[in-house]
Amino acid sequence: MNKLVILGAGTAGTMLSNTLRRALDSDWSITVIDQDDNHQYQPGFLFVPFGKMAPKRLIRSRRGLIPDGVDFRQRAVAKVHPQRNLVELADGDEVEYDWLIIASGCTPRPEGMPGLTDDRVWQESAFDFYTLDGATKLRDAMSAFEGGRVLVHISEMPIKCPVAPLEFAFLADDYFRKRRIRHKVDITYVTPLDGAFTKPVASSKLGGLLEDRSIRVQTDFAVESVDPEQRTLNSYDGRALPFDLLVTVPVNMGAQFVIDSGLGDDLGYVPVDKHTLRADAHDNIFVVGDAANVPTSKAGAVAHFEVEMFTDNFLAAVQGKPLPNRFDGHANCFVEAGRGQALLLDFNYDTEPLTGVFPAPVFGPMKLLGLSRINHLGKLAFEHIYWNMLMKGRRLPVPTEMSMRGKVPAGEEN
Amino acid sequence: MPTNTIDQFTFEVNDEGFLTDRNQWSKELCEVLAELVGIEHLTPEHWATIEFMRDDSAKSGVTPTLRRMQTVGGFDVRELYQLFPGKPVKKMAYLSGLPKPVGCV
Repeated sequence: MNKLVILGAGTAGTMLSNTLRRALDSDWSITVIDQDDNHQYQPGFLFVPFGKMAPKRLIRSRRGLIPDGVDFRQRAVAKVHPQRNLVELADGDEVEYDWLIIASGCTPRPEGMPGLTDDRVWQESAFDFYTLDGATKLRDAMSAFEGGRVLVHISEMPIKCPVAPLEFAFLADDYFRKRRIRHKVDITYVTPLDGAFTKPVASSKLGGLLEDRSIRVQTDFAVESVDPEQRTLNSYDGRALPFDLLVTVPVNMGAQFVIDSGLGDDLGYVPVDKHTLRADAHDNIFVVGDAANVPTSKAGAVAHFEVEMFTDNFLAAVQGKPLPNRFDGHANCFVEAGRGQALLLDFNYDTEPLTGVFPAPVFGPMKLLGLSRINHLGKLAFEHIYWNMLMKGRRLPVPTEMSMRGKVPAGEEN
Repeated sequence: MPTNTIDQFTFEVNDEGFLTDRNQWSKELCEVLAELVGIEHLTPEHWATIEFMRDDSAKSGVTPTLRRMQTVGGFDVRELYQLFPGKPVKKMAYLSGLPKPVGCV
């Protein structure tokens, strides 16, 4: 009996357990381990603070999404011992593996910023929306907000779903406008990068969008701390931005057991070959989804494209054959821009987001890097696709490798 | 891609002047670029950061962040601000022949 163990039953782990159970013979056992039974639809977190999605709706049972023939264990992992091919659980039990897939994602670490979790500000005037609890508490603060300075802040890259903070700023503009208090709210987008848009085509096409919505931008902001007394966000270069409402994205780190096992880099992401997702240090360990250090977006769409190319590679790896598929870093995402519109992005390791159209079947061609209503509807439809197609490992009608079809090459856009 | 020629150096750059091919970088070129960002003389402290940036990015494929400079490289963030006033990561990336750190759009 060959033993495959998957750590994590989130987006990547659930998709993998479905596709691999179908692909592997009955002489393979598959065990999936996660610490709780709450599978959360993370793309929905963005909508919770604006009262557009009820928190309850975003949770389903992890176990219910894992197929028959896969052993789901609701236990916390303490450590991986790669020399002994062993997973040590928090309660002391041990699970042996022949092959291990780490799919334990990443989480925000608000305690990493001095002053942020101080009682005077944390979840009073300073919030994050990358947890369901944070997004829900922020919703209450937003509905009670009557005006003042709002900072929408990214601590540092990489973060999960890197455009979510920008989307938050757009949706906040829309939200306060609808409440007819927009004139009393000053929204500033605060980023450690040199602009809200950092890739050339996107910044030339979308650079005016923030100005159009009267959203200020503070760039190159290397955050040092939050001053809970003065209620300011402070940077290393001496800027102190006052806030009445701080919406921050804390540093995102890999799972604690990854760090404790010595498998992670400085942020707890496991170093892997970016084309095969095989761990640099151990041939029988693969890392799929946000837990890997691949230089592309940490997002469900990326995990999906990884899983699509992964199954054949895994079957080859266990037979000691060369891996046939190479992951190209493909990511695509809808970016909510407020006012019922969204942008669509499609890119990979080598190609930046470009303008043009995305030839999606069913929905029809969708406009890339430009605002449209259909993109917004596409984003909303994704929730159904996520639970009913994506998690079950069904193929979506989009290619795994990025295609240049419909795209306008950089430098040739109008 | 535009090509830049300064003194005897010829190299490919992007629209913002960052080198697009790390193999076209040299220490001599780095000294020329330093003057362009207002650093008259590169001290051993400057060189230590640049060497770390180049070594680390050769392994990871991405330009290290300020945190990584701190936690892995052992550099003090405040000192980096003194060495490269204003925008340390951007200046260090520029001088190291690496892309500036970017988001996804």
